[in-house]
Amino acid sequence: MSKIHVTTTVNGDETEFLCDPRETLLDVLRDRLALTGAKEGCGTGDCGACSVTIDGRLMCSCLVLGVEAEGKSIGTVEGIAEGEELDPLQQKFIEYAALQCGICTPGILVATKALLAKNPDPTETEVRYWLAGNLCRCTGYDKIIRAVMDTAADLRGAS
Amino acid sequence: MKYHNPASFEDASAIAAQAGGTTRFLAGGTDVLVQLRADIVTPNDLIDLKNIDGVKDILCDKEGWTVGVAVSGAEMSEHPSLQSEWPGVVEAMDLIGSTQIQGRATLVGNLCNASPAADSVPAMIAAGASVTLTGASGSRTVAVEDIPTSPGRTSIAQDEIVSQVNIPRQVPNGGDAYLRFIPRTEMDIAVVGCAVNLQVDGDTITQARVSLGAVAPTALLVDAAAQAIIGSKLDDAALDKLAAAASAACNPIDDKRGTIKFRTHVAGVLARRAAKIAYDRARAAK
Repeated sequence: MSKIHVTTTVNGDETEFLCDPRETLLDVLRDRLALTGAKEGCGTGDCGACSVTIDGRLMCSCLVLGVEAEGKSIGTVEGIAEGEELDPLQQKFIEYAALQCGICTPGILVATKALLAKNPDPTETEVRYWLAGNLCRCTGYDKIIRAVMDTAADLRGAS
Repeated sequence: MKYHNPASFEDASAIAAQAGGTTRFLAGGTDVLVQLRADIVTPNDLIDLKNIDGVKDILCDKEGWTVGVAVSGAEMSEHPSLQSEWPGVVEAMDLIGSTQIQGRATLVGNLCNASPAADSVPAMIAAGASVTLTGASGSRTVAVEDIPTSPGRTSIAQDEIVSQVNIPRQVPNGGDAYLRFIPRTEMDIAVVGCAVNLQVDGDTITQARVSLGAVAPTALLVDAAAQAIIGSKLDDAALDKLAAAASAACNPIDDKRGTIKFRTHVAGVLARRAAKIAYDRARAAK
């Protein structure tokens, strides 16, 4: 089967790759671009572990084909830190121990960044609904929500 | 699987007409990719519609609204005047899936997947929405209720593609609402769904459309339920007749989500509640 050439932007860097039309964006990120932050949990859009942003919009990369990335701007968890400097959200997740096994964490960080970009002052209910598509099977939800609420408060205080 | 990226619906139709095997159209992909990955359906030809001009547009003129085939649920929810004119349609779409799914899922995908439990379909039916189909011999407009024919099947021909959704303008004294029952608060499939769209003159209902989902092989337009409230001020007697008509229209299955008896009862309960919301919205709108 012939592969398709795709030019896209990942975390601000222009990137190109060849992929089979059946490959998902998640497959491409992990297996072709060595960006293994996005995880495959369910592969059917239920768990959110593969969350990325495409042109700023939060999506499951397992439900996007690699070929659909043509001309788009992809944001993954690898783009959240500034070099070695963790983002305030990442620091807060460490401070609150808002993770156990860590599989869901990259997706939750990406989803939360998308929420805070859209709504810097979410209520707890809004955070819980926004993150309803990010499953944590260690069930560490409470610490996650507290870390998100505290990050949002800090960011509002700083601006 | 061959991936196609046509620049017009006519080109997409020509590709579909020539395709020998299984064809799928790709807009949001939240059903197509799940079926692909689970090896339920592996299309020979996958036709991406997102490179076609206008598929991301929500437009409105005096005649009505047109919603492009690749407009996501999130884009509908963010559109201020669509939300205020058709809150029931927008809320129904917004109930589908998570934030991530809302970033991709489309009205047309929800319709063409032809699940009896599709949330947006009863809301579109109650609103009097139609879709434009583009095919080899031109275009035709079909009412939403005439698209699904049975679970997973539609009346759309092999060479035809839904090229836009048409929603009429809401009348100034009209209101709509959609409610569904699920056993939890979020992220589930409707056990019963009900949409009501009505128009009032003062406090009296002059027009109504009632649609039910997940209680029959396809979403239903229930004329008897509409007739039960037309001419009334939505008093208790009218609500009782509405609930009875909604329940009488049900032809559901028994499954893990709900029994026949439960779905039939809940259809009446949701019809009452959705009618009250639509009635309040219609009276507030005038």
